[in-house]
Amino acid sequence: MTPFDYTRAEGSAAAVKQVSGSAKATFLGGGTCLIDLMKLHVENHDLLVDITPLPLDRIEATAGGGVRIGANVRNSELAHDATIYKNYPALSEALLSGASPQLRNMATVGGNLMQRTRCPYFRNGFSPCNKREPKSGCAAKDGYNRSHAVLGVSEHCIATHPSDMCVALIAFDAVVKTHGPKGERAIPITDFHLVPGDTPDRETVLEHGELITAVELPAAPWAMRSHYLKVRDRASYEFALASAAVALEVVDGVIKTARVALGGVATKPWRAADAEKSLVGQKPGAPAFAATAEMATKGVAPRQFNGFKVALVRRVIVRALETVAAMK
Amino acid sequence: MPEPRSPLGQPLDRADGVAKVTGRAKYAAEFAPPDLAHAVVVTSTITRGRVTACDTAAAEKSPGVLAVITPRTVPAMKAVPADLLPKGRPPIELRPPLADEKVSHFGQAVAVVVADTFERATAAAARVRVTYQADEPALTLEEAEPTAFEAETFVGREDLKHRRGDVARALAGAAVKLEAVYRTPVEHHNPIEPAATIAEWDGDSLTLHDSSRWVHATRRVAAGVFGLSPEKVRVICPFIGGAFGSKGFTWQQNLLAAAAARHVKRPVKLVLTRQQMFTLAGRRPETKQAVALAATKDGGLTAVRHATMSETSPLADFVEPCGTLSKHLYSCPNVEVTHRVVRLNRSSPVFMRGPGETPGSFALESALDELAVAAGIDPLVLRLKNHADRDEEKDRPWSSKHLKECYRRGDERFGWAKRDPKPRSMRDGNLLVGWGMATAAYPGIRMEARAKVRVTADGRAVAASAAHEIGNGAYTVLAQIAAAALGLPVDRVRFELGDSDLPFAPATGASQTTAAVGSAVTAAAVEAMAKLVKLATTDKASPLFGIAVDQLAAREGKLVSRADGAKADAFSDILRRAKLKGVEADATAAPGEEKEKFSFLSTGAQFVEVKIDPDLPRVRVTRVVGVYDPGAVLNPKTARSQMLGGILMGLGAALLEETVYDGRGLVVNPDLADYRLPVHADTSDIDVSFVNEPDRHFNPVGARGLGELGISGIGAAVANAVFHATGKRIRDLPITPEKLL
Repeated sequence: MTPFDYTRAEGSAAAVKQVSGSAKATFLGGGTCLIDLMKLHVENHDLLVDITPLPLDRIEATAGGGVRIGANVRNSELAHDATIYKNYPALSEALLSGASPQLRNMATVGGNLMQRTRCPYFRNGFSPCNKREPKSGCAAKDGYNRSHAVLGVSEHCIATHPSDMCVALIAFDAVVKTHGPKGERAIPITDFHLVPGDTPDRETVLEHGELITAVELPAAPWAMRSHYLKVRDRASYEFALASAAVALEVVDGVIKTARVALGGVATKPWRAADAEKSLVGQKPGAPAFAATAEMATKGVAPRQFNGFKVALVRRVIVRALETVAAMK
Repeated sequence: MPEPRSPLGQPLDRADGVAKVTGRAKYAAEFAPPDLAHAVVVTSTITRGRVTACDTAAAEKSPGVLAVITPRTVPAMKAVPADLLPKGRPPIELRPPLADEKVSHFGQAVAVVVADTFERATAAAARVRVTYQADEPALTLEEAEPTAFEAETFVGREDLKHRRGDVARALAGAAVKLEAVYRTPVEHHNPIEPAATIAEWDGDSLTLHDSSRWVHATRRVAAGVFGLSPEKVRVICPFIGGAFGSKGFTWQQNLLAAAAARHVKRPVKLVLTRQQMFTLAGRRPETKQAVALAATKDGGLTAVRHATMSETSPLADFVEPCGTLSKHLYSCPNVEVTHRVVRLNRSSPVFMRGPGETPGSFALESALDELAVAAGIDPLVLRLKNHADRDEEKDRPWSSKHLKECYRRGDERFGWAKRDPKPRSMRDGNLLVGWGMATAAYPGIRMEARAKVRVTADGRAVAASAAHEIGNGAYTVLAQIAAAALGLPVDRVRFELGDSDLPFAPATGASQTTAAVGSAVTAAAVEAMAKLVKLATTDKASPLFGIAVDQLAAREGKLVSRADGAKADAFSDILRRAKLKGVEADATAAPGEEKEKFSFLSTGAQFVEVKIDPDLPRVRVTRVVGVYDPGAVLNPKTARSQMLGGILMGLGAALLEETVYDGRGLVVNPDLADYRLPVHADTSDIDVSFVNEPDRHFNPVGARGLGELGISGIGAAVANAVFHATGKRIRDLPITPEKLL
């Protein structure tokens, strides 16, 4: 870690001003990812503005029947919130499948949206990595890439987005609320994260100094029949090899609404929109689910060690859909 | 008067348990001498080559920096003494750290930054700019195979070449035959406490607070390297936060800390980072093992061939002795065991829990399972049929062996009889159920050790030896042994260890502490008691005056006449009358002629149940039954913990653990998130029990040792269960989901 200054935010506007005023300043939430990367010298900031004193820690109903989640709500608190548990179960499951209880008690919702990849070449601080050091190359493409993405990759980066929470949020059409130097805005989560393209260092649409204040979940009655399924080597405390957040609304034996979002296999939280569309109007069941899984993995680009993820994520999609279809 | 219960065999709580859970147990890095400076190691980012330039200017100007030490500025260090073992060269790096600018592996120490705080040293270390000339490294067993060399012995103790009968002929004419290659990956010990040292010089005297599981050897190493006489060096280590084979002899951190302290003329603390634990603190080598078995139609083994290839670094000579059990675990007339080694540009390997036995039993016990399938015989029946009634390698009897009883009890406790031998035949709902078993074995090893015992006038005793508390329960069990020999309640005996000023003890390794140090403690206690007896029986004021020695017993802190229980004299009274504060004795215990008469082997039976989702093939171990024969069990509670730890480590090796080197030789998973150890959610119902038959040929207390027995055979038992569940034979560990897709 290199030396840095630390200050506690005294209001959103002041915090935004402090961070946007200094190129090497950033916001500090729970710190579970940021501090780790600072210890590894992967991120080097000269000022951390601690935003946890800001009153962004409420979970409340919105006028439209949805839920507004403050950016500082801890992962554990959100996972165990009665409304989330009942109305958006896949989000609860996703949160509880991530990290460890200790980490979930620290990690915030805003921070989780900003979580960075576990790519070892990004984290080791010296291998070529376009994300860490633009134009330096990508050691993962021809390196050990078992954990890497097969969807949304580019010649410049194949790093997997590690979040579980974001996979559920993207299935539920969440909206990210921000407060930036240019004022407030609402960003649909599908637009929030960026695929690497030729700028893998740019991971979200946020401007420097733009603060996440909340995440809003729109009303979605079908979300009650949702499920997050995660496959990993270890039974707990591990990132996904492949995961899926799915939801189904079935009316008169026919699928009216479907959601298929994927984790562990893509460079950003991945919404399989075409696969969802293919389900609408179909009868829930093995043939439709298998076709959907196939469609969700169209355009995959596996590398030497992560080819298994293609078959694995298909099976995860099918199993998750089967589970939801069987829900009362 | 009823005999008080001996402290031996009692399930006592750990003597140091409260200190450990309340944070009062002090580990090496927690001592804080005044004026302590902090050192951080800078490591190589290439795999082979040399440092062509090391720009330290920015680091030197960094706040708080006291020194940046490179091969050009490091204080003089001689080679590590080559005579640390009774026989053979120690299998470690003899080159002192920073000796030259050659890079032999990724993560090698190339500089050390010393500053007034840890944070400032860390920040400055990131500012050291190293330039390299990179050469082509050797990275895989296959690539390096043409340069393989044959290994003759394992640390001078165990023959690695063995041939009896004619294996080729037996294979050629076999009714049933199995030939397969098994692979195990590099694994790291990953103790929770990283390797840590605080070095402090006082003139030409050196004190090391060091996470060392062999303080006497570390003292000899430091003395040799810095040109001091051994009595000028003291190594202190009251607690070790796990080692599992690491932290023995010397590793770079203790010599670098001492060199840095000498350089900056202040005490220096050096703790390896978790990432550095993957390149500077030892590891288990990768193995590739070719096994061939031949048998008669009814499963009688006629040939065993076990050819091991393992790898070592350019800087140390270590061999993973995978074939040692294959020499004698089963009865077989034709046996051939060989070991070859190649050098790869990886950090130096070393012992890791069950060196040889752990990867070796994976291969041998998997092969036996495959043979059972080929012959259509139950795997347990096959093992019983080929039970070795004597050691056929050395052609002599076992000292004590109750493996058949382990099989019998394990069979019963697990319910093996209900197993349908057909793969994929057993289900739990949608899940495939697999049952597998394997034999566990680890030799009974005991080296020379010395101990002292002092009985004090307050009716208590202190026993001491330079042994180590590594999580094994040494404080507890060695106090139990002393208490039993002294006839004192165990809460009146304290054990001291972990200090090179104490009498010599061997490394805490090879599962020998109880057997080796315990024997010395017994001998010293017997001598101390003889002094007390002499004081009492020659003192006219004693009720025991004139009674013959063999008519006396010690119990509850008193000497008591065997003939007349009313005649007794408390230790405290004897000493008070003699105007003595205490009596003290020391003694050495070493194996004797029994070593040539018998072979010593601890054994056990491991049974494992796995459940596997056929579509999402994560292997979950749902049940383990282990029954063991380690000789006498002196503390069933700490003994059970030892076995649980071994089994869990075995489950990790079977399903999760693997240090990955990429195509450039970099370790790509050097942390506890990406190097996967089992967590609570991976554990299951583990049933541990012991036959508990003392091995009186081995040592006075009849205990052979536990630490490494529990891990042996687990890998194979899991792989065999996976085969039974899925019909897929996995011959390379760990068994990750993609291998079952």
